[in-house]
Amino acid sequence: MPPHMRPERSFQGLILTLQRFWADYGCVILQPYDMEVGAGTFHPATTLRALGPKPWRAAYVQPSRRPKDGRYGENPNRLQHYYQFQVIIKPSPPDLQDLYLKSLAAIGVDAALHDIRFVEDDWESPTLGAWGLGWECWCDGMEVSQFTYFQQVAGVECAPVAGELTYGLERLAMYVQGIDRVYDLNFNGRDGADKVTYGDVFLQAEKEYSKHNFEHSDAEMLFAQFAMAETACQKYLEAGWKDGKREWHLMALPAYDQCIKASHVFNLLDARGVISVTERQSYIGRVRDLAKACGEAWLHTDAGGAA
Amino acid sequence: MPDLLLELFSEEIPARMQAKAAEDLRRMVTGRLVAEGLVYDGAKAFATPRRLALTVHGIPARQSDLKEERKGPRVGGPDAAIQGFLKATGLASLDDAKIQRDPKKGDFYIALIEKPGRPTLDVLAEIIPLIVRTFPWPKSMRWGERSAKSSALQWVRPLHAITATFGIDTEEPEVVPFELSGINSGQTTYGHRFMAPAPIAVRRFADYEAKLFDAKVVLDPQRRRDIILADARTLAQAQNYELVEDHVLLDEVAGLVEWPVVLMGSFDAEFLSIPGDVIRATIRNNQKCFVVNDPATGRLTNKFILTANIEASDGGAAIIAGNERVIRARLSDAKFFYEADLKTKLEDRLPKFDNIVFHEKLGSQGERIARIVRLAAEIAPLIGADVEKTKRAATLCKADLLTEVVGEFPELQGLMGKYYALAQGEDASVAAASEEHYKPQGPADRVPIDPVSIAVALADKIDTLVGFWAIDEKPTGSKDPYALRRAALGVIRLIVDSGHRVRLGDIVLDALLPFRVVEVRREAAENNDLWDKLNERLDMRELRLRDRWNDYINAKGGIILEREQGIALALRGDLLSFFADRLKVQLREQGARHDLVDAVFSLGGQDDLLMVVRRVEALAAFLATDDGKNLLAGVKRAANILRIEEKKDARSYDGAPDQSLYSEAAESALAYMIIVVKQDASAAVAREDFAAAMSAMAKLRPAVDEFFDHVKVNDDDPAVRENRLKLLNEIREATRAVADFSKIQD
Repeated sequence: MPPHMRPERSFQGLILTLQRFWADYGCVILQPYDMEVGAGTFHPATTLRALGPKPWRAAYVQPSRRPKDGRYGENPNRLQHYYQFQVIIKPSPPDLQDLYLKSLAAIGVDAALHDIRFVEDDWESPTLGAWGLGWECWCDGMEVSQFTYFQQVAGVECAPVAGELTYGLERLAMYVQGIDRVYDLNFNGRDGADKVTYGDVFLQAEKEYSKHNFEHSDAEMLFAQFAMAETACQKYLEAGWKDGKREWHLMALPAYDQCIKASHVFNLLDARGVISVTERQSYIGRVRDLAKACGEAWLHTDAGGAA
Repeated sequence: MPDLLLELFSEEIPARMQAKAAEDLRRMVTGRLVAEGLVYDGAKAFATPRRLALTVHGIPARQSDLKEERKGPRVGGPDAAIQGFLKATGLASLDDAKIQRDPKKGDFYIALIEKPGRPTLDVLAEIIPLIVRTFPWPKSMRWGERSAKSSALQWVRPLHAITATFGIDTEEPEVVPFELSGINSGQTTYGHRFMAPAPIAVRRFADYEAKLFDAKVVLDPQRRRDIILADARTLAQAQNYELVEDHVLLDEVAGLVEWPVVLMGSFDAEFLSIPGDVIRATIRNNQKCFVVNDPATGRLTNKFILTANIEASDGGAAIIAGNERVIRARLSDAKFFYEADLKTKLEDRLPKFDNIVFHEKLGSQGERIARIVRLAAEIAPLIGADVEKTKRAATLCKADLLTEVVGEFPELQGLMGKYYALAQGEDASVAAASEEHYKPQGPADRVPIDPVSIAVALADKIDTLVGFWAIDEKPTGSKDPYALRRAALGVIRLIVDSGHRVRLGDIVLDALLPFRVVEVRREAAENNDLWDKLNERLDMRELRLRDRWNDYINAKGGIILEREQGIALALRGDLLSFFADRLKVQLREQGARHDLVDAVFSLGGQDDLLMVVRRVEALAAFLATDDGKNLLAGVKRAANILRIEEKKDARSYDGAPDQSLYSEAAESALAYMIIVVKQDASAAVAREDFAAAMSAMAKLRPAVDEFFDHVKVNDDDPAVRENRLKLLNEIREATRAVADFSKIQD
């Protein structure tokens, strides 16, 4: 492997290594979903594909937006936009933990040298109506991944259960590159004038989006967008039932896009501080209702396993 | 006799669940064995992050045979009875039954049921899968291909292997044969995940534990704890520091490793400007590491102790470096939070509480704080606290809930409030109340001493209790979601331990007012004048209007007042009896007799808890003396006679006896002593000198004894008899000056 592709000196090298590892295992390597999401789990390749009986193996990078976590580029660890590497395998294979450890070895984390631990962390997403059991994976006290056996998604029991791995790519890269400030990460693995850092790529965006998310995002427009996305989602769900009978659904994916949209708009409103504590719960509940209805629709499609 | 070895090997079990799971496994397996008639010699269970293990030794190799005779219907009895008998006993026909001759009642059938004992191996093969399937994990999950079916096995995390052997230690044991959701029982386990992952064949507990140890697994959690504690102490001492011991953390850490390797790291000394508790919480909660004290300064030093799960090939250098980096990042967050918090004054955070719901029926946190301020100010003079300081303390006591540090580390609530209050120059008492008003958190927790803290603590807890009582959300059975029992016990200890005299009933009424005001205000909304008059004149403590019912207030005001009085009195009574129950539990746990508590509460109107306790103590001391025991016997004798006679005559014998009817010396002597004792005891009680009241009571004893020795109560003359019964009643009445003796058990 050329030096600039080595995961311990190149952010993109680390991503490509993980993709290669999971491709070798038989995953389809997808590209990021082309919408704003809060986490890789929102990608329909996870949320919807986790539902129903059909086997599924996929891996992909997902840019994730957490408007509230922005720190104007001033915090060495917190970002409002970062990358997750997501692996979803249904049904969960018996050796998923071993596979995960091998993937760490592939990016240069030597299990004989480091202290790798599986520490209880039960995952729950109130907006997706989803929960699962698993761990935070620690490397020398640093949480580098989430490991979850999905039990329920979109309010539906997973049968069979999918295993989900989420690697926090920046953290992992900081770890293997031995860097304390995310913006100092070597992005392209080159040296000297050819070197591009994470800061070169994203620092300006962090500053601009933090300003936008906290101070200037158009709350009135966002409230309207939330309502529009919610209405559209319901409309598509309703119209998608073939012949008006609740047996086969023809538009689960477009409807789910609107659910994703509503979720992200809610996150923006939340970061803007215009949603009160009590309203917050109600907004989360509204997104969850959409997610549940989309999950229900998905189960009545071909990929959802409907007969 | 043979032994059982059982191991359930899985993916990582949450640390906090391990101890209970091991205990549950032991309890369930041994319980089932005993239920199957298999009494064992001993059992011990263990847990590591990846396994639950159990050894049960000295189990009989098979169940003993059971023989039982069961009596059936009479010969020639109705067919239904005979069929029922055959079905119940499993006999094929009456030919298999014996006939028992009985010349008196008629012959009847007898079934001889013989149940041969089964080999224990078979019993185990039956009960272990059942126990695994019904294991009480707090949360369990499905996994893998089999999870497509709802019948899939559930476990805390995916279960991979089961070792189950049974046999005596001189022979090769047998595998307890069963299959569970695709896992066949066997005798293969695995060592440390990284250092010795190869399969290991095991036979019985002794070689199991030894082979695991060779494969870098310390099976016994107690041993892991001992190793961690000893090594951590040694590491600290080597640098003349001392470990800050933390048993909860130690338990957790021991549940995160199979092979503990204790290492020491350090962080930049500049972080020592953060309060020690914040450093400790950061390092402990997020990183599961111990902190270290410097005995020279009595403060934290810039070291921490971590427990790895591996003997790393570089001796742990990379692990220490990695942990140091994470801790540096965490501490720099904590420092940032702490310094950011210091920039906002506590009182400037308060408006936000108006938008935070405390409970949907009890309003916002802001309203709650206002109630606590008001109530604390009412309580302050009763316990000698400065009113202005108390109000300030109550105003600020919850403000730290909105700080960044408490948001990050909720367990630092109160403590951070104290730091921030001191930093903004608040009075020491005011600052201390932020932390102290949450106390006592439980029976073992300390009770505050500063009257300002006590006033705020009482107000906080009483407001909670009265509020939930007002919306009828009281604890029932095991359900106590708002920890109201703990709050009530806290109130009791705050009052009794600090030795303050307060009428709890009055404070309860005072605390109720704001809750009812909301209701009344709503009702009176249509008539502002009515509301103003009510609000101005309604004296909750006295449950009356402060002055004459103003003509201006119409009939509706009267109805509301009457209803409010009813609600208030009922709530006060109910809540006071809840306090009485908690006090009883509390005293019982301290070894006091709960019947004595009843005997005191039974007097009625006892809401001065300190006096209740003093009275119970005096009563207990008195009843430990001969005078006390004999007087109790005499009073009980009098009460028994009265009860019988009152029942017989269907009337009560209260009222003063007629002294002209006394004919015996013992009679008039008793009557005289009753008057003397009543006076002395009441005077002593009025002085709150309960010991003296009891001594006064003791003087009654010889007169009572004399009376029963020489006087026949049921005299032939009905007038004399009635008079003597009235005299007995006087004994009972006299003793009520100190307690209701009828509630005292012998």
